[in-house]
Amino acid sequence: MLADKDRIFTNLYGYQSWQLGAAKKRGDWDNTKDIIEKGVDWIVNEMKSSGLRGRGGAGFPTGLKWSFMPRESDGRPHYLVVNADEGEPGTCKDREIMRHDPHKLLEGCLVAGFGMRAEAAYIYIRGEFVHEADVLDAAIEEAYAAGLIGENACGTGYKFDIYVHRGAGAYICGEETALIESIEGKKGQPRLKPPFPANVGLYGCPTTVNNVESIAVAPTILRRGGAWFAGLGRENNTGTKLFCISGHVNKPCNVEEEMGIPLKELIEKHAGGVRGGWDNLLAIIPGGSSVHMLPKDICDTVLMDFDSLRAEGSGLGTAAVIVMDKSTDIIRAIARLAAFYHHESCGQCTPCREGTGWMSRIMARMVTGEAELDEIDLLLDVTKKIEGHTICALGDAAAWPIQGLFRHFRPEVERRILAYKKSRNAA
Amino acid sequence: MNISVRNAETFEFTPENLTWAAGQLAKYPASRKQSAVMPLLTKAQEQNNGWVSVPVMEYIADMLEMPYIRVQEVVTFYTMYRQKPVGKHVIEVCTTTPCWLRGSDDVVAACKDELGIGFGETTADGEFTLLEVECAGACVNAPVIAYKENYYEDLDNDSTRKFIKAIKNGDIIAPGPQTTDRHKSAPEGGPTTLKEFCATPGGDS
Repeated sequence: MLADKDRIFTNLYGYQSWQLGAAKKRGDWDNTKDIIEKGVDWIVNEMKSSGLRGRGGAGFPTGLKWSFMPRESDGRPHYLVVNADEGEPGTCKDREIMRHDPHKLLEGCLVAGFGMRAEAAYIYIRGEFVHEADVLDAAIEEAYAAGLIGENACGTGYKFDIYVHRGAGAYICGEETALIESIEGKKGQPRLKPPFPANVGLYGCPTTVNNVESIAVAPTILRRGGAWFAGLGRENNTGTKLFCISGHVNKPCNVEEEMGIPLKELIEKHAGGVRGGWDNLLAIIPGGSSVHMLPKDICDTVLMDFDSLRAEGSGLGTAAVIVMDKSTDIIRAIARLAAFYHHESCGQCTPCREGTGWMSRIMARMVTGEAELDEIDLLLDVTKKIEGHTICALGDAAAWPIQGLFRHFRPEVERRILAYKKSRNAA
Repeated sequence: MNISVRNAETFEFTPENLTWAAGQLAKYPASRKQSAVMPLLTKAQEQNNGWVSVPVMEYIADMLEMPYIRVQEVVTFYTMYRQKPVGKHVIEVCTTTPCWLRGSDDVVAACKDELGIGFGETTADGEFTLLEVECAGACVNAPVIAYKENYYEDLDNDSTRKFIKAIKNGDIIAPGPQTTDRHKSAPEGGPTTLKEFCATPGGDS
């Protein structure tokens, strides 16, 4: 188990105040000037050497992403955009950072912003997080008043502003280019890439979009050194990570743990185990709703990191662990996710706009069994025709949970269809 | 601009909200006023009893020098803008899989029973509107209801009934977990990590 001294989010649960005084006592904003004076290259290299991979789901190396920003400005300003549009079912970690440890995020904005020569950061927070956005606004005010950001941030001579932009209810705005469109005051519909945001992002300017957790861990990494972070976890899957454990466990919770912790250990140590014991486990969605579920036999041994989960045909995603015990109607669990993606499709690409509706409607019938056996392959064919055929990854995200269901629980669906037929024939 | 066929009433910000709006505009480059459309709509909705009418959209469009249709596009795209009147108390119940696994069906049943309405409906006295929402992002505290600026968490049938009765009585209920003594998103019974730190008093947010 990760030692407390290596935990970054010491106020994860909000036992202490989020305010500046308490945050400073926890080590935030401690000689930030010193970090900045080490320079852009040092910051980016240290982030690279930490091995940090993006915490928003895709797992792209953060330091490398920062290095894509133009080295010389062509006159256009650079922007850092923080993705706080947390809405991937199962995921509720960024909320804790924003309401309990906002100064970690703000200090992260400053050092990351400096590392990419940005003049401002926009934090895009989902509209439903009203309290969290209020805390963030108040923390920003504190930081300005203390001279930590603004005209002469931390006394470095560097000018840096941070703004909060509140969303208004659209899962798709968690996609980076949809998020940028949304800040520009438009519908959140993803852009085609290229051009990538690092060249043409917010207002047509070089922009980097990072997840809240990726930015919030940066100051600690830079203070303790990339090597410290890289020494935790496994190669290519380094550091600590916030895990959200929901569903059928005895004690659902958020917890910061070392990357690569065995899934079973994570659940038994921190979440009080699976309801009814480990043997009562049916399946787990290990990384937020968009990844393939894992049946119990894989959960027995799998490690919680990018590469281990990928090797099992799933993914770490946002590290949101959704646990389902044997009482779960697994078909209904996935049908509800299909309805979610149908609701959240932005409507721009036809395969996703139409396909998520088809999938949701077929899945709804499979819950009752009111379907034909050959519709299973038809449904899988639909998932394949959406996957990879849309501008953004929402199409893939909608297809994968259904593929995961049939990969591991096809006989269950078949049984239900046959049972329905039998009951109809009997009647 | 006069396309207010359905809504005869007019809308304009209160002086207080107008000052607030200027502060929002200051966040964005001067040539990018449109960026403020979402915060301004949110504030206007608040002032307009919880919904965005045609005059609201026209007013915001004029203020931000945007074509009216661009404002309407935003309003119809984002689910938090409500395009018809709502009750004084809007109860939003999350039913996405993580909440459903923890019993959101019971929460929904309790809401429907206590209020006598279904999803998308408003009580005859105009007091309550019940809405089904997609993932609220508080999954380790499921099931969840969003009400005003807070989340009410770890609900079951009884606590949901208690919650709604409290609103009816005008009582204030503390947000957060409703059925357990757990602290926010820490596990029930106390944290498994940072025990020493969590025991250190440092105030609450």
